[in-house]
Amino acid sequence: MNTFIELLVGGISAGAVYALVALGFVVIFKATEVVNFAHASLLLVGGFVIAKMHPVVGFWAALLLGVAGAAALGALIEFVVIRRANVAVHSVLAIVTIGVDLILVTELTRQLGTEVLALGDPWGSDVLQLGSVNIPVTRIAALIAATIVITAFLLAFKYTSWGVAMRASAEDSETAALMGVRRGRVSMGAWAVAGALAAVAALFMCVFPTPGLDRNVTAVAMKAFPAAILGGLDSTGGALAGGFIIGITEALVGGYQEELSFLGRGLGDVAPFLVMVIVLLIRPAGLFGTKELARV
Amino acid sequence: MSKIITVLWWVLVAAGVVIAPFYLDGIWLQDGLFAMAAAIGAIGLNLLTGATGQLSMGHAFFLAVGAFGYVYFASVPEDGGHGLGGLGLPTPLAAVLAVLLSGVAGGVFSPIAGRLKGAYLGIATLALIFIGHFVMSNATPVTGGHNGRPVPPMELFGFAFTDTPEPLVIAGVPFGALERLWFLGVALLVGAGLFARGVLRGRPGRAMNTIRDHEIAAGVMGVPVTRYRAGVFVLSSMYGGLAGVLIALVFRQTVPDYFGLILALSYLAMIIIGGLGSVAGAVVGAFFVSMLPSLFTRYSDALPLVAPTGQEGVGAAEAAQILYGLAVVVVVLFLPGGLFGLFTRLRLRLTRRTAPASPAKHALIPTPETRN
Repeated sequence: MNTFIELLVGGISAGAVYALVALGFVVIFKATEVVNFAHASLLLVGGFVIAKMHPVVGFWAALLLGVAGAAALGALIEFVVIRRANVAVHSVLAIVTIGVDLILVTELTRQLGTEVLALGDPWGSDVLQLGSVNIPVTRIAALIAATIVITAFLLAFKYTSWGVAMRASAEDSETAALMGVRRGRVSMGAWAVAGALAAVAALFMCVFPTPGLDRNVTAVAMKAFPAAILGGLDSTGGALAGGFIIGITEALVGGYQEELSFLGRGLGDVAPFLVMVIVLLIRPAGLFGTKELARV
Repeated sequence: MSKIITVLWWVLVAAGVVIAPFYLDGIWLQDGLFAMAAAIGAIGLNLLTGATGQLSMGHAFFLAVGAFGYVYFASVPEDGGHGLGGLGLPTPLAAVLAVLLSGVAGGVFSPIAGRLKGAYLGIATLALIFIGHFVMSNATPVTGGHNGRPVPPMELFGFAFTDTPEPLVIAGVPFGALERLWFLGVALLVGAGLFARGVLRGRPGRAMNTIRDHEIAAGVMGVPVTRYRAGVFVLSSMYGGLAGVLIALVFRQTVPDYFGLILALSYLAMIIIGGLGSVAGAVVGAFFVSMLPSLFTRYSDALPLVAPTGQEGVGAAEAAQILYGLAVVVVVLFLPGGLFGLFTRLRLRLTRRTAPASPAKHALIPTPETRN
C-alpha cells in the first residue's frame, strides 16, 4: 500500500510536469494550427540555460533566465520559420518543426556530450516522511509549481486581453483579425508561452530522483506528445487530463515492473504510447478534443 | 527533340549505374546501396505523406519489421537453450514474406491510420517507434536482443550474394557481395519506382491527391477516404519492409537501435528535401540525406567548420544532421517542390518554353482551407 501511495504521488507529480509540456503544445496548436515537434528542443534549451547559469547567478535567477531563454527561442522560431512558411497543408509545417528540432537537438546534445548537468535546485535529494511513506521533496515542489503555473495560465487565458485574443483567433482567425486582433502577435505570444512552460517542465524533469540534465531528456519529453494527443490537441483541459493519465500510468507500470515482468523489460517507457493507441482507437479525436464536423 | 534528349539522358544514367561497381570502392558502393534502400523506403513514405497528406513518424518501424522478418524467415534455427529461432526458408521467399509481414503490420495499425489525418497520425505513429523498440529488445529469439543478429545472405536461383565461394571476376574486377548486391538494389529500386509511378499516375494517385487537397471533396466524389488512407498506409509499410530487407542484406547484421526515431525523422527529411508527392523527389532526397554524413566524414579535412573525427568541434555526423535539418527548413521556406521541383523549373527555363514557367506539378500549392 505504501508503495502504491508513493508511486501514485510520484505519478501525479510527473503528470503535472507532462501537463505543462502538453499545455504548451496545445497552445501552439490552437494559435497556429501547427503540431510542434520542436517542443522537445524548447525544453532542452530551457534546461540547458538553467544548468549553465545557476553557478553564475544563483538558482532562481537562472530559472528566470531559462524560462526567458526558452520563451525567446519559441518566439524566434515562430518569427523566423512558421510565419514565413507559405504552405496550406499543415502537416508540412509540422515537418518544418522537425527540421528545427533536428538542428537544435543535435547542437545541444553535442554541447552536452556525455555530461550530466545538475540544475542547482534548492531541494536537493531531501525526502519527506509522512508516516511510512517517503516522498522526495522535489516531487512535491513540482506538483505545487505546476499547479501554480497552470492556474496562472488558465486565468490569463480566460481573463486577460491576450487570452481573449488568443481564444478568438483559435475560434476563427479571420474574423478575429477583422476585429483588430493582431494575429502575428497572438501566435508569437503562444510560442513564447509554450517555451516558458517547457522550461519550467525541464527543471522538474531533471531534478532528483533523475540524475540531472543529459541527452536523454528529449526522450522523456517525447512522452508529452501522447499526453497532448490523448486529451485532444485543441483542448487545454484535455492536456491536463492527458498529462496526469500518462504520468500515473507510467509511474504505476514502472513501479510494478516486477509483477508485470512477463510482459517484458522496460514496459514503463512504452506504457504512455500504448495508452495513447488504445484511446485513439476508441476516440480518434482524443478524450476532450472536438470532433471535426463539416457541412457540405 | 526533347523526347530524344530524355531517352539519351536515361541511357546515360543507366550506363553510369552499370559501370559504377567496376570503378567505385567498396565503401562508396555500400553508401550507394544504403541510399538505394533509403530511396525505396522514401518512395513509400512519399506515397503516404507527400501524395496523401498523411504524416508518419513510424516509418522506421516498418523497416525494422522487414529487416527482422527477413532474418527470422531465412535463418536456420540454432540449437541450445538461448538459441536464436528461425524458419530456414529459401531466402527469396523469406524476403517476399518479410515485405508481406510489413504490410500486415501496417494493416494492423490501419484502424488508426485510416481514421486519423495529418499531424495527428504523426504523433500516433510515434508510438510505433517506441512500441517497436520495446518488442525488439524483448523478443530475443527473433531479433537477437540488443546486439541484433547476423543476416543470412540472399541466394537467388543458386547465385549467392556473398564474397564467397568462388571469386567471380568480371572485366578484371572481383565481384564481391557489394558489387552483386548493387545490381539487386538497382533492380529493386527501379521496380519500386515504376510501381509507385503507376500508382501515382493512375486512378488511385488522383484519389490520393484529392484526399490530401480536400478530404470532403474527395468523399463527395466517391473516394472511400478511410479505406484509401488505410490502403496507402499498408502500401507504404510494404515499401518500408522492402527497404528494411535491403538494408539488412547490406549491413549483414541487424541491430534494433538503428531503427529509432532519428531514422524515422531522416525519412521525413528525405521526402521534404527531395520534393513531396513524386517518385523522383523521394529518390533525390534519399540520396542527398543518406550520402551527406559519409561525404562529410570522408572530406572532413577539406571542409570548413567541420572538425576531423576525434577532435573538438562539430563532428561530421553532427554537421550532416544540422545541415539536413537546415535543408528541410530552407526547402519549405524557399523551394516549394524540393530539389526535384527546383530541377524541373530550371529545365523549363533552360528549354525556354513559350509558356511561362509554371511551378512543379506536385508543388505545395496553397489549397482552399477545409473549414466549413
